[in-house]
Amino acid sequence: MTSHFRFLLTTAATVSLLAAGNAIAEPRTDLILGMSTEPSGLDPTAAAPVAIGQVVWQNLFEGLVAIDKDGNIEPELAEDWVISDDGLTYTFNLRDSVTFQNGEAFNADTAKYTIDRILADDSVNPQKSLYKTITSVKATDADTLELTLSKPSADLLYWLGFPTAVMIEPTSEATNATNPIGTGPFKFSEWKKGNQVTLVENTNYWGKAPKLDKVTFRFIGDPQAQAAALTSGGIDVVPEFTAPELVSQFEKNNTFSTVIGTSGMEVVAGMNNAKKPFNDVRVRQALMMAIDRQGIVDATNAGFGTPIGSHFSPSDAGYEDLAGVLPYDPTKAKKLLAEAGYPNGFTFTMKMPNRTYAERASEIMQAYFSMIGVTMIIETSEFPAKWVQDVFKDTNYDMTIIGHAEPLDIGIYARKPYYFNYENPDFNKTMVEVANAKSEEERVAGYQQAQKILAEDVPALFIYASPKIGIWKSGLNGMWTNAPVPSNDVTDAFWKE
Amino acid sequence: MRHIAQSLVGLIITLLVVSFVIFLVMEAVPGDPAEIILGMSAAPDTLAALRSQLGLDQPFLVRYSNWLIGLLQGDLGDSYTYSTSVSQLIGERLEVTLPLTGLAALLSVLISVPLGVLAAARPNGLVDMFASLFSQIGIAVPNFWVGLLLILGVALTFGWFPAGGFPGWDAGFWSALNALILPSIALAIPQAAVLTRVTRAAVIEVTNEDFVRTARAKGATPSHALWRHIVPNAMIPIVTMLGMQISVLIAGAVLVENVFTLPGMGTLAYQALAQRDLIVIQNVVLFFAAIVMGINFLVDALYTVLDPRLRVRR
Repeated sequence: MTSHFRFLLTTAATVSLLAAGNAIAEPRTDLILGMSTEPSGLDPTAAAPVAIGQVVWQNLFEGLVAIDKDGNIEPELAEDWVISDDGLTYTFNLRDSVTFQNGEAFNADTAKYTIDRILADDSVNPQKSLYKTITSVKATDADTLELTLSKPSADLLYWLGFPTAVMIEPTSEATNATNPIGTGPFKFSEWKKGNQVTLVENTNYWGKAPKLDKVTFRFIGDPQAQAAALTSGGIDVVPEFTAPELVSQFEKNNTFSTVIGTSGMEVVAGMNNAKKPFNDVRVRQALMMAIDRQGIVDATNAGFGTPIGSHFSPSDAGYEDLAGVLPYDPTKAKKLLAEAGYPNGFTFTMKMPNRTYAERASEIMQAYFSMIGVTMIIETSEFPAKWVQDVFKDTNYDMTIIGHAEPLDIGIYARKPYYFNYENPDFNKTMVEVANAKSEEERVAGYQQAQKILAEDVPALFIYASPKIGIWKSGLNGMWTNAPVPSNDVTDAFWKE
Repeated sequence: MRHIAQSLVGLIITLLVVSFVIFLVMEAVPGDPAEIILGMSAAPDTLAALRSQLGLDQPFLVRYSNWLIGLLQGDLGDSYTYSTSVSQLIGERLEVTLPLTGLAALLSVLISVPLGVLAAARPNGLVDMFASLFSQIGIAVPNFWVGLLLILGVALTFGWFPAGGFPGWDAGFWSALNALILPSIALAIPQAAVLTRVTRAAVIEVTNEDFVRTARAKGATPSHALWRHIVPNAMIPIVTMLGMQISVLIAGAVLVENVFTLPGMGTLAYQALAQRDLIVIQNVVLFFAAIVMGINFLVDALYTVLDPRLRVRR
């Protein structure tokens, strides 16, 4: 072997070693998320937005404003805005030089188109009613959008940040469900139906470039299978893990981070307030005092989750801990029942959706109720189809239990018709005050008043706010701890070795 | 020829009846697709708008005949939830379900026929005892549970196979096939158990026939008699059972695909049912019905190949 050749060989070996070393040190730029539910199409303005938002909101689609990880409203496609003193005119100053992923420009005309489409007669926007105070939409110039309202609506700005109000491009409207076009930092690449959706970096993004270049959302319904996929390396993160009893196996394992936050979802046992005996507030209070919420959280969620006393999530601004208003007190509960004319209790039926958390909670509630002489018969109802029909639409039920996933939805107790059949003029008045609030303080104060009314009147038994159990590989950063809006915003996610 | 034409007419009439029954059942099942798509906050007028967009506001018979007319034209309609044509969805899913059930059927034959024949060759011998233990357990254990055991015991322990999911055939033949191995084993074991029993019984029955004794008397060795005379004559019950098993395999695929989160016909049917994606369910069920009938047709035809006597009689 000549020395020349030996030199070449050594150099080659060194170079290849260096290259290998580099390859190891370079952090990954792709991410695979595991999700429980596959969305129905990818257009959040045309179908129930929870599972859709968990893929596309903020990643692919953006709104005039955004809700950040703490639940605050932030500017997005609107740089700033002015709200008139009477609260009836909103003037948005739009960001210029923003383009959609198909190259079309975003401007006041496309923004007007988006909002007009929400409000149209044939609109299929699932949250249309949140925007119905808007009476006219005007594009004053290319960068200015003016909304006129019929009455003040303090929450409107929040709802404009919601997935149902993301900005869409008129020519892609009809195909957004299968080939979405937005303004976000990631664009659509591929949807293998029943399997996964892949997004890739949008290199023409107007804002800060994301650190990832490829994000895959894999749909795995079974939590056991999710855990298996995490362990075997098939997925990197499950942002909302649905099997709390399996969490400890990941907590012990230091190749994973387990991060417990809160979601906007409240699990409540709604009652048919129009029906005897649930029309009597003493009966409702007695049932509330018969159950130990922490006991239910421990048994259904391995202790994860926050007992609540009203329909408000700890992740929302203005939350008050009211779990102590009607605390666990079976003796008092029995007394209240006797006062209401049921000294020997009564029998009723729980229409239980076939969801694990509902099944576990129902069984425990049944035991608690039996201690005050109340017999609860459990009847399983297929969710969503049959449950929606029986409980939600026909209100043919006594009590049910369900998680309300939409954020800031305390207003449902003033909605008519709604499955609680609840009627309380004081509460309705408070919700009108919230809508008319002139300032953030006033709005929050109104929400606090509303929470207190419900805590006393218990139109539903308030059980717990769902935890958001995030499990991801160590080295992954920038995932959200809480989920104030159902979403998986990965625009700030990155790997660090 | 006349026989085949008759069977085809019968097939079409049966499919028509099946289609009507499916449509009727989906009509009776509670749940409104529009409510499920739009969620609990949608206002009544929004729901009405979506219903009319999906054509759900038309009368029953109009919707049924529209479906049939579409079927004749090869147009199965669009999925409510995926906004994609149903034929495309079914096509994509068959890429998983056909190889899965095919592999499972092959595995179950490869396990059960040799095992059943060897067990019958020496009743109460060691192989026979093993075969009867295997079929006892295999019949008692449901396929999805076998699937879970395989995930825990094989996929997570050794890491040779993925614990679930499907990379797609474009990710490479071997990695796609690899994802189907554990599910097809889970699907095959209960079928193989049944088939082992049938094979053993059929072989023992034929062994006791006169012609076998004659063959042996004429000097055929035991193994020559077994493979040349007994097994071919025992094939009819085995093939009949296998044909019936394929419908069971397809039904079993629904559960196994869900356990392994494979994007096949089974997960499509399951998800469509939960979402009340009526148009998908109708077409998928009709498709399954057509496959089962097609297989029965094939099994019928195969009898004449296996048993020349049936050919002569016709």
